[in-house]
Amino acid sequence: MGLTISSLFQRLFGTESMRILMVGLDAAGKTTILYKLKLGEIVTTIPTIGFNVETVEYKNISFTVWDVGGQDKIRPLWRHYFVNTQGLIFVVDSNDRERVKEAKQELDAMLSEDELRDAVLLVFANKQDLPNAMSVSEITDALGLRDVKNRTWYIQSTCAVQGTGLYEGLDWLSLQLKK
Amino acid sequence: MNVIRGYKKDDEEGGKSGPFQNLEKSTVLQEARAFNDNVLNNKKCTLILTKILYLMNQGVTLTPAEATQTFFAITKLWQSKDITLRRLVYVSVKEMAKIANDVIIVTSSLTKDMTGKEDQYRGSAIRALCVITDNTMVQAIERYMKQAIVDRNPSVSSAALVSALHIFQRGAVEIVKRWVNEAQEASTSDHLMVQYHAIGLLYHIRKHDRLAVTKMVTKLSRSGLRSPFGYCLLIRIACKVLEREERSSNNMLYDFLESCLRHKNDMVVYEAARAMVNLSNITARELQPAVSVLQMFLSSPKAVTRFAAVKTLNRIAMIHPDVVTSCNIDLENLISDTNRSIATLAITTLLKTGNEASVDRLMKQITSFMSEISDEFKTVVVEAIRSVCIKFPRKHHILMTFLANMLREEGGFDYKKAIVNTIIAIIEENSEIKDVGLSHLCEFIEDCEHIELATRILHLLGREGPRTQKPYKYIRFIYNRVLLEAATVRAAAVTSLAKFGASCEDLLESILVLLERCLLDNDDEVRDRALLYMEVLKQKQKSLSSAFILNPISVSVVGLERALLAYCSQPNDDPFDIKTVPIETTPYNETPKSIGEVTTGGSVIKSAPVASKHDIFVEQLSAIPQFSKLGPLFKSSDSPVELTESETEYVVRCVKHTYLNHLVFQFDVTNTLNDQLLENVRVEMEETEGFSIISYIPIASLPYGQPKTAYTLVGIEDNTIVSGTFLNTLKFIVKDCDPNTGEPDDDQGYDDEYVLENVDILLSDHMQRIVKPNFAASWEEIGEENQTEGTYALSSMKDISDAVKQITGFLGMQSCERSDQVDHNRTSHTLLLAGVFRGGHEVLVRARLAQTGQVTMKMTVRSKDLNTCELVAAAIN
Repeated sequence: MGLTISSLFQRLFGTESMRILMVGLDAAGKTTILYKLKLGEIVTTIPTIGFNVETVEYKNISFTVWDVGGQDKIRPLWRHYFVNTQGLIFVVDSNDRERVKEAKQELDAMLSEDELRDAVLLVFANKQDLPNAMSVSEITDALGLRDVKNRTWYIQSTCAVQGTGLYEGLDWLSLQLKK
Repeated sequence: MNVIRGYKKDDEEGGKSGPFQNLEKSTVLQEARAFNDNVLNNKKCTLILTKILYLMNQGVTLTPAEATQTFFAITKLWQSKDITLRRLVYVSVKEMAKIANDVIIVTSSLTKDMTGKEDQYRGSAIRALCVITDNTMVQAIERYMKQAIVDRNPSVSSAALVSALHIFQRGAVEIVKRWVNEAQEASTSDHLMVQYHAIGLLYHIRKHDRLAVTKMVTKLSRSGLRSPFGYCLLIRIACKVLEREERSSNNMLYDFLESCLRHKNDMVVYEAARAMVNLSNITARELQPAVSVLQMFLSSPKAVTRFAAVKTLNRIAMIHPDVVTSCNIDLENLISDTNRSIATLAITTLLKTGNEASVDRLMKQITSFMSEISDEFKTVVVEAIRSVCIKFPRKHHILMTFLANMLREEGGFDYKKAIVNTIIAIIEENSEIKDVGLSHLCEFIEDCEHIELATRILHLLGREGPRTQKPYKYIRFIYNRVLLEAATVRAAAVTSLAKFGASCEDLLESILVLLERCLLDNDDEVRDRALLYMEVLKQKQKSLSSAFILNPISVSVVGLERALLAYCSQPNDDPFDIKTVPIETTPYNETPKSIGEVTTGGSVIKSAPVASKHDIFVEQLSAIPQFSKLGPLFKSSDSPVELTESETEYVVRCVKHTYLNHLVFQFDVTNTLNDQLLENVRVEMEETEGFSIISYIPIASLPYGQPKTAYTLVGIEDNTIVSGTFLNTLKFIVKDCDPNTGEPDDDQGYDDEYVLENVDILLSDHMQRIVKPNFAASWEEIGEENQTEGTYALSSMKDISDAVKQITGFLGMQSCERSDQVDHNRTSHTLLLAGVFRGGHEVLVRARLAQTGQVTMKMTVRSKDLNTCELVAAAIN
């Protein structure tokens, strides 16, 4: 009874929360995105050995974003952060044509995980400001997103250093939460 | 009786209690899943985490899988900003890091916390980070550590310094050495703790470089530290250096200690005083300043300071009672101190420093509060009484009464053991009081719950009882044990009875009756002993009684087991030869125990047979194929002989091992040059008459700093020659190498050699000490068939006690019947020695010494082997 009232209360007046897991290959820009969202500025980052976690308030929703490092030795540990994840942000370096295949393999592996079956998928096609960047549709094809079954997904072109596209991504996530 | 006691003890131990009792591991780990919730409840998580830590600290072990799962759940708690919870997370991470996999996942989070704005996180984050980072990854955090060491926040700097020390001790030596500059900077910090930790780290980095340590101490002491902790540490470091070298060569450090006695902080002053007291070879005069400051502390208002001072003075009083005499008036005041520990120490110190007249008064004062102090301090009192006994033999009666009263009161095993040891020591010292002491002990075993003490006392009664005027009065006490006690005690009592039977003819008939009753005992050992003794006693032959009852075989138990195993494992028609069993080694100082020796624990009783040094040697030597056919190891020399100065390039120590027909020289070689790798290292020996070199076993490769062992096997050619001198040379191939890696620069080395000191082989190398509790019986047992006798003038010895010491050491035999204790008022003395010569020949020596201007000696040697007799007699010439 108490629980129902408090959750109702939270729905009417307080903020809702959403747990986001942000992964991707190393040097895709995950940590930069996280701190651009949290602080609104660009911080100097070093390769993340482990994870960063921050809470980002946006449109009355509190997004708890888990940014887990993308180096090969860390990737097997992503699975420890799948539990209760509602939204999965997969960050791709649009400029890195050589490793887009590797990114697809990692993404596919994750989508087949049972613990993530209810999570919505948001792909950030990052580093769009670079001249040689792949377009959104090129990445959609390269990742095979059109073949993804039974999952709501969305791809957003972003540029973390300029901050473009990030909030559009969060808009989409909040929309999914409300559904 | 004993069974009932056993149960009672178990009942007294109550069950454990506490808020977390009855926690189940699986339940708690289940609860930890709450850490994965999207919205965390900080309070709940804190409680669960506490439970996990509680379980782990109670010794509950997690499997790696459980630990890994829980660990990753704990990492989820980083999303909470609650300070208490986060700090608990750090603690958990450190605990889990020992078992869980992939703990590096928290590296980023911890480096962020240690450089972040929240000061309460930073120190703890550094500690956790250093635990999860293994030695190969330390380089990745080096930059952060260097910064943290010089951080302005003292808690951060201290945490970094201490963690650096941990990493250093874990083996990442080279990396931490690069942080010396930062540590140096931290050592000038204004903060007391930071300065202390920085000095600690600097010392450990330089620990092996004595010169650098000395330089560090002098430099820091000259510039002056703010931190009293730092001073205390410097004092300890200085002591370590002083311990290793001659004090005269390092006066600077000694002066530093002395200057600390004038420091304004009590802690530093005390540390310096204590350090000086602990220095070996310190003279009474040099102790004077330390005693003066301790004397001042005696009147301190702080109980802790008084306690420290009186405890240290108590220790000084054991070695230099005269120096402490000046504190007597202050110590008297402390007798009525409300803190009983201080009062006890004060009284026991006074007992050591005071005069004979004050003993009665002090003893009365102790009695008044004996019941209020703990066992540990009661033991201190007993030790003090022991030392009073040496000083004032006339006070034995009072002290004995006091000890007897203490025996009757409640007390733990160690306490009772100390009392029994002291009584025994007094009995051995003073024969007048033997009767009284023995009857106190008899009374004690009437109600003694400690089997070990009961058997020991029974053994003593068996040895001493028959020599008293009324031996019969002890029989009742001993036989009561046969009726009432556990099997071990019953067996000891039977042996004790048999000794009375063997020594006192008028008691023999009664003893035989009692032993016959023991044949009905339900324990095998008791029956066996009783039967053996009965049959031996019925023969009424002195030599039989001596061999089986009064002077039992003295072989090493471990050695006997090994020899029997070896005998049983190979088909053999020959009877087992007891002479092949190694003899139990009796170190010089163990028997007879002098009353003057002050032992801290008073452990005279030998507990279960443990592997002795001898057994360790046997194991090492028998592993070498060349030595496996030499037969059993007869003897190894007591302490290694240094064949080099301790400061030279190569350090060599020699241990001599004696076999039936061979000698093995064991050379422990250490290479102290870090830019050299030695190969094919051997000690070449020059042959001497009667001995021939059979083979060398070289060290294949000897890197810097790791001691290794080379052997030389020598055959004994002539059984009539027992002594000789060997000239030795250390020969080897040198390869220059890189000091850091130890890798040789090239494969080509060159031959080199190094001359060592000579090694002497003496009679004592062929002789093993044994104890004959009843020397006269053994003397008769061997008989005068091979006896040799000679009279000698010992011009080089200054008096009888000097002669006793030298002869005992020279022959390598054991003095029996306390004949090593010389009465200084008399001009004649009889020394009785027993030993076993190589080959298992027992040999006894009776030396009558007399002093008329110079010391003269009439020596009689008895052995069943003529050659042995002649060798021993010849050795004295």
